[in-house]
Amino acid sequence: MKKFYSILAILVIASMALTACGGTAATPAPATEAAAAKLKVGEVTDMGGIDDKSFNAGAYAGVEKAVAELGVDGKYLESTQQSDYAKNIQQLVTEKTDLIVTVGFLLGVDTAKAAKANPDTKFAIVDYAYPDCGPDGKEGETCGSASEIPNVLGLTFQTNEAAFLAGYAAAASTTTGKVATFGGINIPTVTIFMEGFEAGVKYYNAQKGTSVEVLGWDSAAKDGSFTGNFDSTDDGRSFAESFVQEGADIIMPVAGPVGLGSAAYCQESKACKIIGVDVDWTVSASEYKDVILTSVLKNVNVAVFDTIKAAQDGSFKGGMYVGTLSNGGLGLADVAGASDELKGELETVKKGIIDGSISVK
Amino acid sequence: MSATVPPIKPTEAKKTSSALGQALLVPILAVVTGLIIGAIVIVVSGASVAKAYGALFVGSFGNPLDFFAALKTLFASGDSAALIKAIYPFTESLVTATPYIFAGLSVAVGFRCGLFNIGAEGQFFVGALCSAFVGYSLQGLPMLIHLPLALLGGALGGGIWGMIPGYLKARFGAHEVVNTIMMNWIAFKLSDWLLNGPMKASGFRPVTPNIQASAELPRFFSDPLRFNLGFFLALLFAYLVYWFLFKTTLGFEIRSVGANPDAAKYAGMNIIKNFVLVMAISGGLAGLAGSAQVLGVDHWVGQGFSAGYGFDAIALALLGKSHPLGVVLAALLFGFLRSGATNMQSMAGIPIDIISIIQGLVIVFIAAPDIIRWLYRIRSLKAEETVLTRGWGK
Repeated sequence: MKKFYSILAILVIASMALTACGGTAATPAPATEAAAAKLKVGEVTDMGGIDDKSFNAGAYAGVEKAVAELGVDGKYLESTQQSDYAKNIQQLVTEKTDLIVTVGFLLGVDTAKAAKANPDTKFAIVDYAYPDCGPDGKEGETCGSASEIPNVLGLTFQTNEAAFLAGYAAAASTTTGKVATFGGINIPTVTIFMEGFEAGVKYYNAQKGTSVEVLGWDSAAKDGSFTGNFDSTDDGRSFAESFVQEGADIIMPVAGPVGLGSAAYCQESKACKIIGVDVDWTVSASEYKDVILTSVLKNVNVAVFDTIKAAQDGSFKGGMYVGTLSNGGLGLADVAGASDELKGELETVKKGIIDGSISVK
Repeated sequence: MSATVPPIKPTEAKKTSSALGQALLVPILAVVTGLIIGAIVIVVSGASVAKAYGALFVGSFGNPLDFFAALKTLFASGDSAALIKAIYPFTESLVTATPYIFAGLSVAVGFRCGLFNIGAEGQFFVGALCSAFVGYSLQGLPMLIHLPLALLGGALGGGIWGMIPGYLKARFGAHEVVNTIMMNWIAFKLSDWLLNGPMKASGFRPVTPNIQASAELPRFFSDPLRFNLGFFLALLFAYLVYWFLFKTTLGFEIRSVGANPDAAKYAGMNIIKNFVLVMAISGGLAGLAGSAQVLGVDHWVGQGFSAGYGFDAIALALLGKSHPLGVVLAALLFGFLRSGATNMQSMAGIPIDIISIIQGLVIVFIAAPDIIRWLYRIRSLKAEETVLTRGWGK
């Protein structure tokens, strides 16, 4: 009996291996032929993973669109810890990937290292750009590169433009006269949301003669409320709770999935509304649809898609891409329950930002 | 066979060999069964098993064909670049296995004394942060002093983090499972704060500064190979733990307390001392896992420094039957699986989560060996069962 089972086990494995081989053997000829012409694109995520509902997911949406529309080869590698960054980039380099898209500032040093070691491979990095070395930065250790790297395109966003619109919409929608924001960590890519938000509220006050207050961010002090991480939904809940106690009824969490905890609190308490960031939360977090006021759209997908397109038609150049309201890199999702008057005002403000007549600082 | 050797009774010989055989048989079958069920999951998800496991093999061991071709090039032209490329996957697997060995030993030592250290992850973080601090803050020291100091820092940090729950258990009877979990959360929040505050490097990134070159565990090859002295250090510590547990009086006491605390007490052993000591050693080993990772691989600590080495360590100790040799083998298995998964994910498009599924299945089969015995119709031997941990109170 014992023997029977071991033989059975071996047979099961063997048959699986054989059927599997049969499957792959059927399509080798066209695959290799096409591979020669196809542009190979690979994304390396940071620890948020491919389904972070934020920039990792956004970047991959761009890759998927390019696969569908431009016929490129696309894949992603997930990082589960910091030692994976270099390893995953190396994996894609070894496979002779044409364009490697890395996501987030934590990959800044490893991306620069790999780009310098492989000058023929194209790189793009989301939310980061070179040169990134301050006066006391050490190249290859505390920062990536003291100079621009010709084969790397930094994909950055002038996010305060879109956050300005969100601040304006929040100020127009609040009933308590207080709105709030908090961040994950005090880093420029986070605080730029909060700065724009505050500026938008102040602009609304100046226009309408109101005095809506912003909790959680102080531009003068360049400091505000931060959870210290990008993963604790519990923190998101408790931050939202304390802001509500202080009288705020609209909250913009700039901390990735942490904000989902805030949304859950708002849904239960019915005491607040949430402004989503990065992607449209009525789509990505549709279970909280009823408490989402609007979302600040940072269209990483558009930037990544454009980069892939440029790599394919040969116009790829290193340097820096800046997403703005005018080039479609940024946007504001529909404001829930907005009057036609507010919609019109937002449109005017947007035009003003684009033509420079309104300063978002 | 010489006539002077007394003949071994056939029944006796058979008994010992089959006992050892079964000790190895169940883990091996557990791994094989895990891989088979993993294969079924891969098929269900619509991918090719041969392609996936082929990529897993090449990703963890390297491609043998490339290796031999590279050897030929080396002998023909003296060019070692191709060879270094060919051994990259194998060395990466050993790099991944290194913290697993330390962390697995940590939990295993606890099990030997009947203590369940779930806090290895927190001790790992504290160890890594202490090592990083010693590594970047002390300057101008020669490597022979700086590197051991940085390792010592990690061992002490983790040791103290483990000792606290040990003391709470010994003094107040507070269960170590609860307290080690609490200590984990303290460690995570503490590292959040340290990385955003006192230990933050200049610039905006919430990471520690890079450690000094004199604190790095030396690497054997140039970039991108990260294989370093840490692996051999881990093997050395596995031997030391073996020697300590099985060849010293203190080790005997620890195992006695683990087997039967009441009997050990009546025999005049100090239970309190043993609990505190074991948790300190266990924490120290987990701390060293963090040290090896930061001093050998990363050279800096940021958020998400660990992918759960401390939690996987519990599985390693179970899989290795809390024996240092078993732990090393289990750690190598996990290291090769985890490391090869990158290639599998890339070449076959299989999410790395499949490895977690396989690891999870292996743990289930190890924790409930009757499933394996039933599946493969192995008769149970009345072998002595190791008590892994005790319930509440005792």
